[in-house]
Amino acid sequence: MTPALTGADIRGRHLRRRQARDRLMRALLWCSALAAVTPLLLLLMFVVREGLPAFRPSLFTEVPRPLGESGGGVKPAVVGSLIMVGLGTFIGVPIAILAGVYAREYAGSRLATVIRFLIDVLAGVPSITIGLFVYGLLVAPMHTFSGLAGAVALAILIVPTVARVTDEMLALVPRSVREAAYALGVPRWKTIARVVLPSAKVGIATGVVLGVARIAGETAPLLFTALGNRTVSTSLVRPMDALPLRIYVYATGPYRSWHQQAWAASLLLVLLVLGFSLITRLLLRRRAPGPD
Amino acid sequence: MAQDPSAPAAVTEQQAIPLVRGVAFGEQEAPRVSQAATRLDVANLHAYYGARPALRDVSLTVWPNSVTAIIGPSGCGKSTFIRCLNRLHEVTPGARVEGRVLLDGDDIYGAGVDPVVVRQRVGMVFQRPNPFPTMSIFDNAVAGLKLAGIRNRELLREVAERSLRRAALWDEVKDKLHAAGGALSGGQQQRLCIARAIAVEPEVVLMDEPASSLDPMSTLKIEELMRELATSFTIVIVTHNMQQAARVSDYTAFLLAGEERVGELIEYGPTARIFTNPRDPRTEQYITGRFG
Amino acid sequence: MTAAPYEPGRVRALLARRRPGFGEPIFRIVVLLAALTVLATIIGLVVTMTVESRRGIAHNGWSFLWTSTWDQVRQVFGALPFVYGTVMTSVTALALAMLVGVGVALFLVELAPAWVARPVGFMVEMLAAIPSVVFGLWGIFILAPWLQQHVELPLHQRLGWLPFFSTYPTTAVGNFAAIVVLAIMVLPTVAAVSRDVIAAVPRSQREAALALGATRWEMMRLGVLPYARSGILGAGILGLARGVGETMAVTMVIGNSPTITLSLFKQGYTMASVIANEFTEATTALYRSTLIEIGLLLLVITLLINVGARLLVWRVTGGQPSGGALQ
Repeated sequence: MTPALTGADIRGRHLRRRQARDRLMRALLWCSALAAVTPLLLLLMFVVREGLPAFRPSLFTEVPRPLGESGGGVKPAVVGSLIMVGLGTFIGVPIAILAGVYAREYAGSRLATVIRFLIDVLAGVPSITIGLFVYGLLVAPMHTFSGLAGAVALAILIVPTVARVTDEMLALVPRSVREAAYALGVPRWKTIARVVLPSAKVGIATGVVLGVARIAGETAPLLFTALGNRTVSTSLVRPMDALPLRIYVYATGPYRSWHQQAWAASLLLVLLVLGFSLITRLLLRRRAPGPD
Repeated sequence: MAQDPSAPAAVTEQQAIPLVRGVAFGEQEAPRVSQAATRLDVANLHAYYGARPALRDVSLTVWPNSVTAIIGPSGCGKSTFIRCLNRLHEVTPGARVEGRVLLDGDDIYGAGVDPVVVRQRVGMVFQRPNPFPTMSIFDNAVAGLKLAGIRNRELLREVAERSLRRAALWDEVKDKLHAAGGALSGGQQQRLCIARAIAVEPEVVLMDEPASSLDPMSTLKIEELMRELATSFTIVIVTHNMQQAARVSDYTAFLLAGEERVGELIEYGPTARIFTNPRDPRTEQYITGRFG
Repeated sequence: MTAAPYEPGRVRALLARRRPGFGEPIFRIVVLLAALTVLATIIGLVVTMTVESRRGIAHNGWSFLWTSTWDQVRQVFGALPFVYGTVMTSVTALALAMLVGVGVALFLVELAPAWVARPVGFMVEMLAAIPSVVFGLWGIFILAPWLQQHVELPLHQRLGWLPFFSTYPTTAVGNFAAIVVLAIMVLPTVAAVSRDVIAAVPRSQREAALALGATRWEMMRLGVLPYARSGILGAGILGLARGVGETMAVTMVIGNSPTITLSLFKQGYTMASVIANEFTEATTALYRSTLIEIGLLLLVITLLINVGARLLVWRVTGGQPSGGALQ
């Protein structure tokens, strides 16, 4: 410590130290942003690189060849995913939208909080336990794994996503729209069903698209419900294949050709998910500058 | 203030008002032969938001085939008052009404009265134009009929044209009836809302500051329209614009909120008298511009 | 004004003839039923799993929770290795994810110019949308081998005296790979919720700090983070819940071996992955029931974690649902 230091010196030195720390922390924050986006970019890069070679039409139109033989495709999985995601959406979405309507339009504020809480709780249930639940609910009593059980599991998974979005989107419909309908002597339920819900349809559609993208990629709830199937099956009471299931089986299997097909199927799933997310972005953006 | 229910209009001063319209305009002295001779008798009306009172003990009679203006500074409960006349006040969570409103003698707050039926008989136009965002101009105009399940296309077309003509909008929109209602200008949107309100043939039309968000030209059009509509309907208009009240109304009610922000009826009478010879000093202060 | 002659009455009469009907009560009942379906699903979930696991519960007793033998041949079951594996991997992964996730959240709200914030925010959201099984695939074939060569080996060579790095990383799959994959998967949850709570800090807090001559970092540390602390904690707990329940990717990269070890380079097992891996091969009813018992345990743990996190986040954001892109 040199005694000749003045207060201004100390302040200056202190300030320089503070500024240095500020620069350091800002650099670290930039680094964390970099660290957050790098895995996505790497993952996408590898999925494209490894998936492209086997990403051919035959992948989706041919059935798997016998063990170890190369070639063939994952048609059973494509068909099964379409059926189960479609049916799951068909079952889950109406329930979710109506539950969202109840939370926003009918429940009093206290009950609405309870419903929202339940929806959040359901959203937080691990998807594998949904699989176990549906196993106990459908598979064990029916004595068979089935596409129906898979679809029901996916339906349960889509409910919280869509219900939450419906609830939020209904809140954005201006009160003036509801009142306009009431003032015409339109009953409340008709106001909701014919005026309020259509006004929120773009937002709700976004939620549905997000939900579909999510359940299309789910594996865990299908393990003990749909089980998987190496042949094309459209029967709802027999085991059914799904893309994520097939990826899991192929990725953990020993054959090189399986690995290639797993990558290619992953590429399809990722394209689907990214495409859906982009669609929702566009939908929301188009809607943003609307009135009120 | 206990009153004999059979004589709600016992508010004596109003009984004394002769059924003469347009004194301020120097038009005919005798009341017109009315087509929709519906009168509204408001007796001891109190309105609350939760525990907080917003209106205290308002009693007045709205005469058939006339324009009645409700004036007063902002926050005096004008809007709350007319929202009590078609049971729209109670739509706000926690809001509640005491007292009676007789529509041609029937209490709209009576036991077993369906608010939906009340709102069919008492239409409303809001402060800001609120056409249904998802409907075309045509569908907006006949929304009340369509939502009530009337599907007769010929009737719908006839009613749409008639209402749009009545709202002085037909010539401007007849070539784009299937365009979105939101694409019109603010003034056109408001006339569309008027067309929508009168398409269901209500007996009374309530207008909550219908021109406050419009430019002067559109305002003029709406004012002309109000005079014209008064030949068939009973009209109640809320306005903070005293010139407007003087121009269009036959009767004027002045509401004022005191220290505790609870609106009360200060004075009610023929517009000409209220504006030339107010009986209450507070009315005089207001119309000469001494409060907000 | 050329109004057509008005013939009142026709529409009015038509409308007056319509009776209200049962639309309102029916609609009300339908939406109520839909809301009750959510409740029924949660109750059904707990009840079904309890019923299905009662054989296991009866056979295994309470010691199930703290014993670690897992022998389906002798039918001796202890869940401790799985509970340990789940807790160890998800807590460590969460610590990593919090470090990066809170940083990203601060970056997005406080630092990044809009042209950077938008794509970065979008990419972090995308990360949440990638299916778990795709993470697993990438983990097995790309990430785990790379980590083994470039992270695990050097760590073992330099810091091998630490118990965490004491074993030689013989296989690519193992606890360490699982932790890294989990951290990546939990990151979007942590980042999104933290962003919401940080954005909810009133501007006056920031301005007060800046007015005292604080640097940007000091403003974040003094004006923003203290205010957002409990919300960020909530974000962490939500992330934990996601990590605890995560199944596929972990199953694919953790090695699936029921050992309790401090070493990050050994293989491990989690509750979710033992179910995923063994359920369809479980031949006896007792074995199956025991796996469902683990599922029930997992369900109870995640429910408790979720409820705690929601309460914390709700307190900060004022009862609005959080974690979505739509705020």
